[in-house]
Amino acid sequence: MAVALAFADPVHEAQRTFRAVMNALARPGTIQPVAGLLDAPAPLSSVAAAVALTLADYETPLFLDAPLAANPDVARYIAFHTGARIAAAPSQASFALIADAASVADFADFALGTDTYPDRSTTLILQMESLMAGPSLTLAGPGIKGETTLTASSLPSDIVERLAANRALFPRGVDLILAGPDAVAALPRTTRIRSA
Amino acid sequence: MNAMISTATPSTAYNFAYLDEQTKRMIRRAILKAIAIPGYQVPFASREMPMPYGWGTGGVQVTAAILGANDRLKVIDQGADDTTNAVSIRKFFEKTSGVATTTLTADATIIQTRHRIPEKELTETQVLVYQVPIPEPLRFLEPRETETRVMHALEDYGLMHVKLYEDIATHGHIATTYAYPVKVEGRYVMDPSPTPKFDNPKMDDCAALQLFGAGREKRIYAVPPHTSVVSLDFEDHPFEATKFDHACALCAATHTYLDEVITDDAGGRMFVCSDTDHCEERRAEGHRGDLLGEAPAAIAGSAA
Ligand SMILES: [Zn+2]
Repeated sequence: MAVALAFADPVHEAQRTFRAVMNALARPGTIQPVAGLLDAPAPLSSVAAAVALTLADYETPLFLDAPLAANPDVARYIAFHTGARIAAAPSQASFALIADAASVADFADFALGTDTYPDRSTTLILQMESLMAGPSLTLAGPGIKGETTLTASSLPSDIVERLAANRALFPRGVDLILAGPDAVAALPRTTRIRSA
Repeated sequence: MNAMISTATPSTAYNFAYLDEQTKRMIRRAILKAIAIPGYQVPFASREMPMPYGWGTGGVQVTAAILGANDRLKVIDQGADDTTNAVSIRKFFEKTSGVATTTLTADATIIQTRHRIPEKELTETQVLVYQVPIPEPLRFLEPRETETRVMHALEDYGLMHVKLYEDIATHGHIATTYAYPVKVEGRYVMDPSPTPKFDNPKMDDCAALQLFGAGREKRIYAVPPHTSVVSLDFEDHPFEATKFDHACALCAATHTYLDEVITDDAGGRMFVCSDTDHCEERRAEGHRGDLLGEAPAAIAGSAA
């Protein structure tokens, strides 16, 4: 079967997508525009697909949540364009693609790194219906001058408690990339968060 | 040297910015982890570069991994854009990527540096990339990587404090003036690379993203914008940034890092800004140092 197309200009589109993700992680709460991959197979979002194709390859096992795993075209698309194998368990994943972000598994189910290698952790790519509407969170920490606000539509209702628990593990922990319809934002493990 | 902005035509013999896409992805992933864990040294599979180690291969790989077609790149060595190391790295990126280069700090989106942080305050839209020879601040105290890794994990920095305190016992003050260790966001002790301690305060709460690449030692680390960077010290011996007794002989600045330069065969010497772009900008604004008229062109440059 035919696999959907990816970047037309892989070198420069991957670079632009990476810089958006880098800036998002370096400045938590900021919205960084990303040109998505419109041919990504549903329910994989165009921006989540662009982020995955930018960062994943044969060295990085990738976990798919249940809605993404339910469509075999998603795994085929990822495998064809990145060479990444699909991780059987979230704890084995370098990246996790999560279409149903509100129902994402407990962060402790993913790789959290070790005290000596805290970088050996999962980066979650959470699909958001919107980064303009939804509950607001107040963020502080590295990358933020004072405080800032992030609005996201599809995070779990107990996100503040989850991220506080994640923050308490520092330097271990997961990092979150929020993939909106046309942009990314990020919540690295360093960010302190409360309901706005 | 005049400030300049140039655009080169990229060579088609290489991938954009030399590195292949697989290598860039690996480095990019390391950079993202480094940002998420400020001050922690992320291992990466450093590649052979067409320049010797010691010429900033770690910084070059970081720059190559983040660089885009719309960036404007500035490269400095000891504060100057026209030293051999800076010129060769700038030419390398002009040839392999075709990106615009600049000597003006304010115009640059990426600044690759060895030894200095520009005097002009960096902004939200800039990335500072450091070339790092020895990333491990504990290396001279404990040569074994397995041990230093555990010390970082346990936040066991007692040896570092002992070393600094021995300085005080011997010299009456902390004698370390370069690569003066810092603590990042209250957690990891980090080597700021061989920058003079004069520059340490600029790292704290800096608006720009700071990325560090060590090629031979295969480590990448980072300080996100607006992150706490504190120079290690003691209550009775607080950290003091280097102060100079002189003003710059060319631009009269009293707030900059100065280099002592020899001006003639008779042993004449003067103190001038190490940041050549900043010094030229001040002279262009009309600031005039005591020896501006007497300085040889090789030191004063065309802006004199
Ligand atoms: Zn000067």
